[in-house]
Amino acid sequence: MLTKRIVPCLDIRGGRTVKGIEFESIRDAGDPVELAARYNQQGADELVLLDISATVEERQPMLQVMESVARQVAIPFTVGGGIDSEKSAYRALRAGADKVAVNSAALRKPRLLQDLNRAFGQQCVVLAVDAKPNPAGQWEVFAAGGRQPTGRFLQEWVQEAVDRGIGEVLFTAMNKDGTRSGFALEALAELSTRFSVPLIASGGAGRPQHFQEVFTTGKADAALAASIFHYGDCRIPNLKEYLLQQQIAIRP
Amino acid sequence: MNIAIVDYGAGNVRSVQFALERLGYRSALVDAPDGLQAADRIIFPGVGAAGAARQALMTSGLWEVIPTLQQPLLAICLGMQLLAEASAENNTPGLGIVPGRVAGFQAPLRVPHMGWNRLVCQNDPLLEGLPSESYAYFVHSYFLPPVPLTIASTKYGTAFTAALRKNNFWACQFHPEKSGAVGAQILKNFLERCE
Repeated sequence: MLTKRIVPCLDIRGGRTVKGIEFESIRDAGDPVELAARYNQQGADELVLLDISATVEERQPMLQVMESVARQVAIPFTVGGGIDSEKSAYRALRAGADKVAVNSAALRKPRLLQDLNRAFGQQCVVLAVDAKPNPAGQWEVFAAGGRQPTGRFLQEWVQEAVDRGIGEVLFTAMNKDGTRSGFALEALAELSTRFSVPLIASGGAGRPQHFQEVFTTGKADAALAASIFHYGDCRIPNLKEYLLQQQIAIRP
Repeated sequence: MNIAIVDYGAGNVRSVQFALERLGYRSALVDAPDGLQAADRIIFPGVGAAGAARQALMTSGLWEVIPTLQQPLLAICLGMQLLAEASAENNTPGLGIVPGRVAGFQAPLRVPHMGWNRLVCQNDPLLEGLPSESYAYFVHSYFLPPVPLTIASTKYGTAFTAALRKNNFWACQFHPEKSGAVGAQILKNFLERCE
């Protein structure tokens, strides 16, 4: 049976891991290569490395980080942040990444998704989408790390991306991100039911129970979290043991 | 030991190389027929679409050479699918080294089949020393149904070939280079036990 995936996420800037609360107030969480190796040892099923650099100079160390992670880590990892062309995707894959996550660039130029699909295959192309509910309760999509409203809505954007050939969706509920109040279960379940590509849930992980909920009620295939793993509040072996006790299909 | 990794622009060659490094083996990326013929062990990875991969292999002259190789060869993922007679992906003819036709997973299954799934293993040097409950990392939308050459199977909707062997040709649908300790053991077995 295909197991559910636990996916630690490393937000990286200037070669260091950082983590914000609701997309702001960044603080340092350590060396990304060390963290990646530790999560690999602890039984993480996959990793996401997000380059959240604001400037070109800050971006330079990222390729080095990717290659070092690929050397040390025997599990798959996705790279996102700044993937805006076939060329930048190729560099990431060639450095050892297994998948690339595209967000703002795809919103600017949706054709990029087809280009990446054709060049590297569907399984390499992850759509990262950041959204939060507007006052009317509709999930609105944001670009540029959550700073820029796009006027697009979650379901129709994901539909377009699926039609253009993505292989996976990484959905971050911005209103949940960093709050540790649980995942956006309803929105996740809707995405999961409507689309056949795998779904990674992101935003809101705080307790083991939240993971149990996201795999059952939220119908997600994978769950991503950052701060609860980085700061040692939740250890992956304990989390997996808990989920196995809850009859969730997990790789022991 | 002279280990060649077939490099035809199919993405994950470095991951394979790094996995071998972690086992203490150096390897070379090879993109021409003579480099393959000179190797003691060959790894034939593959990521992407079958049609494009076949085209790249034909352009570099590797397509004709692969079936003639006598050394132990390990095909991975799309590499394994290309060993079969044909693939439903882009209606692509295969190398025909192993019987069977590659088909696509269908709804209501999630496609691609992505993540860790369990291996049900038979006796083969490639699979020696694995824990009884072993999981490997898969990412693929097409699969080879079980054939008489199957040495490991996995269930996703239906059972499919997770690994197979024909003479000096070994193959796995999952990614040993990304499958943690289980994958490392399989690569080690390929280098040290598969003759």
